[in-house]
Amino acid sequence: MNIKIINGGLLTTVQDEGRYGLQASGMQVSGAMDMPAAALANLLVGNDELADTAAVLETTYLGPELEFQADGLAAVTGGIPDVRLDGQCVQPYRTLAVKKGQHLKIGAQSCGMRAYIAVAGGFAVPKVLGSRATNLKLGIGGWQGRKLTAGDILPVGELPGYAAGVLAGKKRLRQAEAPGCAPEVREIRAVLGPQEDYFTKEEITAFCRETYTVSHESDRMGYRLQGRPVQKAKQQDLITDGIVFGSIQIPPNGQPIIMLADHQTTGGYPKLATVAGVDLPELAQAMPGTKLRFKMITVQEAQELLRRRHRKQLAELAGVKAGGEMPLYSSKARRYNLKISGEIFEVVVDPVD
Amino acid sequence: MADIHRKQAAVRFLTLGDSAVSVEFGDSISLAVNQRVMALQQVLAAKAADNELPGIRELVPTYCSLMVLYDSLVLDYDTLIARLEELTDDLQLPEEKNKTVVEIPVAYGGEYGPDLAEVAALHGMTEAEVIACHAAPEYPVYMLGFVAGFPYLGGMDSRLATPRRKTPRLKIAAGSVGIAGGQTGIYSVESPGGWQIIGRTPLQLYAADREQPILLSAGQYIKFKPILEADFKAMME
Repeated sequence: MNIKIINGGLLTTVQDEGRYGLQASGMQVSGAMDMPAAALANLLVGNDELADTAAVLETTYLGPELEFQADGLAAVTGGIPDVRLDGQCVQPYRTLAVKKGQHLKIGAQSCGMRAYIAVAGGFAVPKVLGSRATNLKLGIGGWQGRKLTAGDILPVGELPGYAAGVLAGKKRLRQAEAPGCAPEVREIRAVLGPQEDYFTKEEITAFCRETYTVSHESDRMGYRLQGRPVQKAKQQDLITDGIVFGSIQIPPNGQPIIMLADHQTTGGYPKLATVAGVDLPELAQAMPGTKLRFKMITVQEAQELLRRRHRKQLAELAGVKAGGEMPLYSSKARRYNLKISGEIFEVVVDPVD
Repeated sequence: MADIHRKQAAVRFLTLGDSAVSVEFGDSISLAVNQRVMALQQVLAAKAADNELPGIRELVPTYCSLMVLYDSLVLDYDTLIARLEELTDDLQLPEEKNKTVVEIPVAYGGEYGPDLAEVAALHGMTEAEVIACHAAPEYPVYMLGFVAGFPYLGGMDSRLATPRRKTPRLKIAAGSVGIAGGQTGIYSVESPGGWQIIGRTPLQLYAADREQPILLSAGQYIKFKPILEADFKAMME
């Protein structure tokens, strides 16, 4: 089955968990900016076994319009996007059964910045260097290494068991809880380092007290922030070293840059701190104009937060999955206990309609 | 017997959030420091392959440090640091005989090296002298970064040090060999840049569809071999 792009939206790309294993060669990881949202979208369409690796579409504020060329399932997550099926408003964070010929249109976000569109079977574009993620800089992965435009026809993988079950009326649609909108000033937790010794204690305290605004010069590679410039205490140039998703670099003008999914693997600006993994999804949903305030925590605290979120996610995902199963009996069913030769049996009587 | 280890700078473990640490062996660009980076990379890669240190996701060597990316749900910070302390304490440097030298054919000057004449004039050398000087050393590949396959090289003859161009070019072809300050390098993909371009190699340093997509790796050496324009064209076909 294929999906035709009627309108590409602002910047829609195919993404998965990213291209790992080649960072030592200078290859960027790329991948979904808000990984939990992408994984949830996959689960909602039954890509259970592939939840981390099935490719999804990532939108940027204004999403695309897609035409399904066969019956299938779709789900849209990430912030609160406006979702329409043949013009009718439908809910994000739910499995959508889409008929052949129907149009799925993702409008503007009322919260957040990026929506994730999953389809049952995943977007089956060829893997390049182990991943389907689009790397815009090198022009590889995803659909022809670029953002989607009208007329593109994307292949979709084989329907997983759950999707076939839904289409045959043997499984229920899944649903998850939509997140609330983030407050006006977001608190982003971060861990000091690796180059905190380039800054005085007073400067770090000031950095945490002020708010910084995500500027319009922001993309998947990084957010440029605007606010009180951060002064370096050590003037010695840094020798280029490694960068991660969440590194907070301080360039010579003192305006911090947070490196994101498409970050370069190495760089020569001192890095004051690194955003805690638990707060990366929220950061990835920050629109230009969003105000951020940083709070430093220890690496041990950051790891404990990640573990807790992981446990919570597993429980949530299990709940979503269970919600897609048919109950054995209808709500009209009645249960009776029958005693036969001293042994008690439960008997369920369910009307046939 | 002199204890070499005592003379080395203390190893520092730098924190990059909850999923990476950088093991820093010094604060200057030198072969001695970089060799320790590469030695730790080899030890950790072997441990990860034998599943002796589960949770290691990726290793990224740079000039002075090795960035270790890990899955903190599997391996926590304190356990990792304790292991890294042990491993760096008795780190053995690999033997010199294992040195790999990759030959890079380069067509110097002409349409492939538009800045060769300018570089030669600036240093009061002939073009042939610049080529001989540039093609003489075995350059260590300290790291790859910036874009896929881009090697950071050490060891250029200081007589060739040339400032960047005042006006950067909008497009520099992949394979272009250039000089910027005291460094020499090879553009792995087409990109804008201000390096002085003295030649071009027909080799692809990065090709996504090749079995080995990236030609070079940190820890290797490269040697430039001057070739004729005709050879360049023949190799491109």
